[in-house]
Amino acid sequence: MTTASTSFIDRRTVIDWLGIVPFMVFALAFLIVPTLYLIVGAFFNPAGEFTFQNIVDLFSPSILSAYWISIRVSVASALGGALIGFFLAWAVVLGGVPSWIRSSLLTFSGVASNFAGVPLAFAFLATLGRTGLVTVFMRDWFGFNLYSTGFNLLSFFGLTITYMFFQIPLMVLILTPALDGLKKEWREASEILGASSWQYWRMVVLPILWPSLMGATLLLFANAFGAIATAFALTGASLNIVPILLYAQIRGDVLHNPNLGYALALGMIVITGISNILYIWLRSRAERWQK
Amino acid sequence: MKVHKIFAWIAITIGAIYFFVPLIGTFEFSLRMRRGVYSFDAYQSVFTDAQFRATFGFSMLMALVTIVVGMLLIVPTAYWVRLRLPQMRPVVEFITLLPLVIPAIVIVFGYLRLYNSSSWIPFTGSTQGTNILLTFSYVTLALPYMYRSVDTAMRTIDVRTLTEAAEILGAKWPTIMFRCIFPNVMSGVLSGAFITFAIVMGEFTMAALLNRPAFGPYLQLVGANKAYEPSALAVIAFAITWLSMGLIQLVSRFGKLSPARP
Repeated sequence: MTTASTSFIDRRTVIDWLGIVPFMVFALAFLIVPTLYLIVGAFFNPAGEFTFQNIVDLFSPSILSAYWISIRVSVASALGGALIGFFLAWAVVLGGVPSWIRSSLLTFSGVASNFAGVPLAFAFLATLGRTGLVTVFMRDWFGFNLYSTGFNLLSFFGLTITYMFFQIPLMVLILTPALDGLKKEWREASEILGASSWQYWRMVVLPILWPSLMGATLLLFANAFGAIATAFALTGASLNIVPILLYAQIRGDVLHNPNLGYALALGMIVITGISNILYIWLRSRAERWQK
Repeated sequence: MKVHKIFAWIAITIGAIYFFVPLIGTFEFSLRMRRGVYSFDAYQSVFTDAQFRATFGFSMLMALVTIVVGMLLIVPTAYWVRLRLPQMRPVVEFITLLPLVIPAIVIVFGYLRLYNSSSWIPFTGSTQGTNILLTFSYVTLALPYMYRSVDTAMRTIDVRTLTEAAEILGAKWPTIMFRCIFPNVMSGVLSGAFITFAIVMGEFTMAALLNRPAFGPYLQLVGANKAYEPSALAVIAFAITWLSMGLIQLVSRFGKLSPARP
């Protein structure tokens, strides 16, 4: 009798685990194993011997410069997006603007943060390209030639302001709930204690908000770092950021070493991975204040 | 009090300029095809392009298949994890977030090494196989969004009670799944579906590297070769994104009104 019941429990446990087999098989086959394949491949040479040479070769000037420009574009667009996004979120939560502005901003942010890729590049070419609306407008009305100042949309600066179009809305979406979590009582309490507005922001708001701010900025950074379609459509292959270099490597082995290509991919995973882990850690700290 | 209201309006103005000027610029540019006057020639040129219709149709079909495959995979998994394997929740959640951490280009690079025509599972050996692989790659990309929207919808229903009630009434598991669970998480399924639709329609990296004639690579090709059509296409793409997001809002509003909340 007891044996029958234990075997029944075992069967139930087996069935329980069978339930997520399809999902696990899918995740292994199309997410985990392909990624591990590249990670492992980064530590072998074409002859199949274990080596750190690929990692060392990542530090050659051409690859290093690709990482450097990728990191610069991602940092600049994340900081720019975080700054403007913060002020927008602040304006709709605490700035006392009409509530319809808040709901339209949040709806629009939901759309704009998903409007990336190739069409975004077209939009900025039509606006700030050589014959774009703003360029022509400034030339005809103010006699100001944007392109004579050395500005070029197909450059570090151009890519940064293009990326900010989806970075700002993302920041707004993440920060609005965090700012909503600032309790009115905290402000009142600090005012009663004689704090100035500056002291309230520096000593109350900032310590509470910094995990959200930092975390969101890191998420924005990772978001920009992995993006390729916008940059590809905007600059072709002329701006040598890491995803475009990797694209060229996949297409035609431009590095002349397939395993160095794996190392390039590993480098991307490490960078986006670290920023995401920090983001998750900071978010868990931020959530303590949002209860 | 006055001062910070002024700052708020300055911030809103800067944001509005940043958001609207590129959209106005794109629309204005798309009307410029005929010299001297505004016209919809660029749109006409786009809509009469056979390749536009072919790639748009291909991506639509891909999006639909992705949504069906993705939901058949995710709804039962989310249900099962809630009902029987709550200890696996963090693991499953972590896996569904991985596609946000690993860049798409890295994932597809792995596919090309692992599933090429000389490997054990030669997906890319045939057109049909590549289409299947592309579908799976889209399911992977949509995983974070689909899982989160389904799981959020499932939080509002009591899966355990619903399942027990159905079992007492003699329902077998397909009945429980498709006539009990699916209808109750429909709002989540639909909002996951619309965001997946928006993602697949604009996706470039996967389709380009797997050499499939999807809408994203077509956009890139037009951008490299034509002057005014890209703007018209950007306006169309923005409309698709706007439509998908609008439908999500609509669905979530109806979701709150729908009955069957135990």
